[in-house]
Amino acid sequence: MHIVVCIKQVPDSAQIRVHPVTNTIMRQGVPTIINPYDLFAVEEALRLRDTHGGEVTVLTMGPPSAEDSLRRVLSFGVDRAVLLTDRFFAGSDTLATTYALATAIKKIGETFGAPDIVFTGKQTIDGDTAQVGPGIAKRLDLRQLTYISKIDSVDTDAKEIVVERRSEAGVQVLKSQLPVLVAMLEGTNDLRRGTLEEAIAAARAEVVRWSAADAGIEDMQKCGLRGSPTIVKKVFAPSARSEKAAFIETEDQVPAEALIDEIFKRQPALEDDLAALASGY
Amino acid sequence: MADAPKTPPAKPQAGGRAASKKELPDHFKPYKHVWVFVEQERGQVHPVSWELLGEGRKLADKLDVDLAAVVLGPEGAETQHVVAEAFNYGADLAYLVADPLLRDYRNEPYTKAMTDLVNTYQPEILLLGATTLGRDLAGSVATTLKTGLTADSTELDVDDDKSLAATRPTFGGSLLCTIYTLNYRPQMATVRPRVMPMPERVERPVGKVITHPLGLVEGDIVTKVLDFLPARDSATSNLAYADVVVAGGMGLGSPENFQLVKQLATTLGAEYGCSRPLVQKGWVPSDRQIGQTGKTIRPKLYIAAGISGAIQHRVEVEGSDLIVAINTDKNAPIFDFAHVGLVADAIKLLPALTEAFRRRLSPHNRDKLAS
Ligand SMILES: Cc1cc2nc3c(=O)[nH]c(=O)nc-3n(C[C@H](O)[C@H](O)[C@H](O)COP(=O)(O)OP(=O)(O)OC[C@H]3O[C@@H](n4cnc5c(N)ncnc54)[C@H](O)[C@@H]3O)c2cc1C
Repeated sequence: MHIVVCIKQVPDSAQIRVHPVTNTIMRQGVPTIINPYDLFAVEEALRLRDTHGGEVTVLTMGPPSAEDSLRRVLSFGVDRAVLLTDRFFAGSDTLATTYALATAIKKIGETFGAPDIVFTGKQTIDGDTAQVGPGIAKRLDLRQLTYISKIDSVDTDAKEIVVERRSEAGVQVLKSQLPVLVAMLEGTNDLRRGTLEEAIAAARAEVVRWSAADAGIEDMQKCGLRGSPTIVKKVFAPSARSEKAAFIETEDQVPAEALIDEIFKRQPALEDDLAALASGY
Repeated sequence: MADAPKTPPAKPQAGGRAASKKELPDHFKPYKHVWVFVEQERGQVHPVSWELLGEGRKLADKLDVDLAAVVLGPEGAETQHVVAEAFNYGADLAYLVADPLLRDYRNEPYTKAMTDLVNTYQPEILLLGATTLGRDLAGSVATTLKTGLTADSTELDVDDDKSLAATRPTFGGSLLCTIYTLNYRPQMATVRPRVMPMPERVERPVGKVITHPLGLVEGDIVTKVLDFLPARDSATSNLAYADVVVAGGMGLGSPENFQLVKQLATTLGAEYGCSRPLVQKGWVPSDRQIGQTGKTIRPKLYIAAGISGAIQHRVEVEGSDLIVAINTDKNAPIFDFAHVGLVADAIKLLPALTEAFRRRLSPHNRDKLAS
């Protein structure tokens, strides 16, 4: 079985700060991490390979420095890492990103064997769109299984996969046919950590590096800014509320009653609502 | 990127995407009307659909076009009821694909139904809820149609050119950005539950319903639903729709102190929530997280104790009618958007507040106050 996992190196956005005066992003020194959902995807891929045999290829599109993320997953035991890197990709929105990734996956298929499963994370923590998985699936004409919390089984002979998909209303148990795209939610399995020896081996391992042309991308118009139908018109910081909050400052005297008065003064109807709620109507 | 590309480098684009001119290709010019996908799972409409109809109404009025509801579901009374409700929430007309194959959500038939409708009836704007279903569907529909899709928008508007302006958080939520899809149609966006207000429901007759065939048989659909396990703890999913929410943040200092939040919530008959670090620390289950990577809330009263008010939290609570913040730091960002601020130690104040509310709301005292 051949499994391809797409991962993304993202800024550890918990550490991103906005300059208080200029409202610009202060990116200096922000560490990068592997998008957390993608780690669940890598874990599931490795488990399936360990059970059923085969190979796991990890693919990322990003700047040359994204190689660090690939080395990290190499240390978990993935078989091959491909870095898709080209300045043509700069400014890609999700549609352009899925074009590049899908083309590269096709090329991976031609070079190393057609994938039975393509994994992605549910979404990234920087873009948050959850659109790349579905986009890749559509472009490669794969069945799409998103918000997957568990892979129940894979039958390599029958080419069948059974998964659990989370929705707001509950859990769907779905059976589909390989090849398939699976977008992983937080998995139910623990993540593995590479050993020191594995990390050393990974540091020496070869990372396959492809430009757009290497990956077989023919239409540059579909890449980067030019291939992106969405246009970012402006970026701005949210404005402060014009009407300032009513402040009740306090040192040791705790004015719970005063606070409640202030709440009911501003929203008189709340008093009845709260009484009804509190008595459990 | 530092390494030399093997292909010739692209010409730099002055001004990047912002400089793109609006040149809508001729074949997109007939695209008209605002569509809202009305999402249902097992006969239950997700309320985000009504919220979107409310928002869609405003956009349609500004553009002077019709607002249409798109209903996909099995044939029968349940689906007919959903169609009828769409008119009560402001739709001018409805597009309906009713087929037994649409009983449970599956990507393949839903994507086919939606893309066929779009290609046939050509809307200029298509809105979906940013739910698991809506995001799954929107991603495949947008890729099939090769159009732009703005995920998790927090604000929608049409600009002077009548283009859709969709605003969403960016850079991990630190900033907001406004996104356009100028040269492609439809202009697609998803919006999370509770970001838009619930419109008023007005009983109206069922208007024009345009039905469209699905054109698939079960054998065409590879993915099968083997089982469906309804969510067990229905109480937890109420956070987004609760009238009163009490939440705690890192200022509480320990999981034990978080009990103070729960106690106040219980006294008020409220739902409780928290900021993200508490979930990451394992103090509170993840379905209680409020914020960009958690839930959007829109209660009548929101009490935030020991929460700094980071932008990822702020954008998803700002729809609350009354925001009360308790924080020891007078300069905490939460005071920039709270309506009532209290510079106080939440660990001391919460028990006092619980007690005071209990006294105030007890039927006995209320009777006394009334007389
Ligand atoms: C991509 C991304 C997504 C995110 N998604 C979310 C999200 O969905 N939800 C979310 O909440 N955050 C989210 N965050 C995190 C967010 O940026 C903040 O880190 C987080 O909201 C801070 O939580 P906090 O206010 O509880 O903690 P802190 O920032 O640590 O603030 C604690 C506050 O408590 C006050 N305090 C301390 N002691 C007391 C006391 N005794 N009484 C009263 N006040 C006290 C302090 O003055 C301070 O203001 C996200 C971040 C990123 C990068």
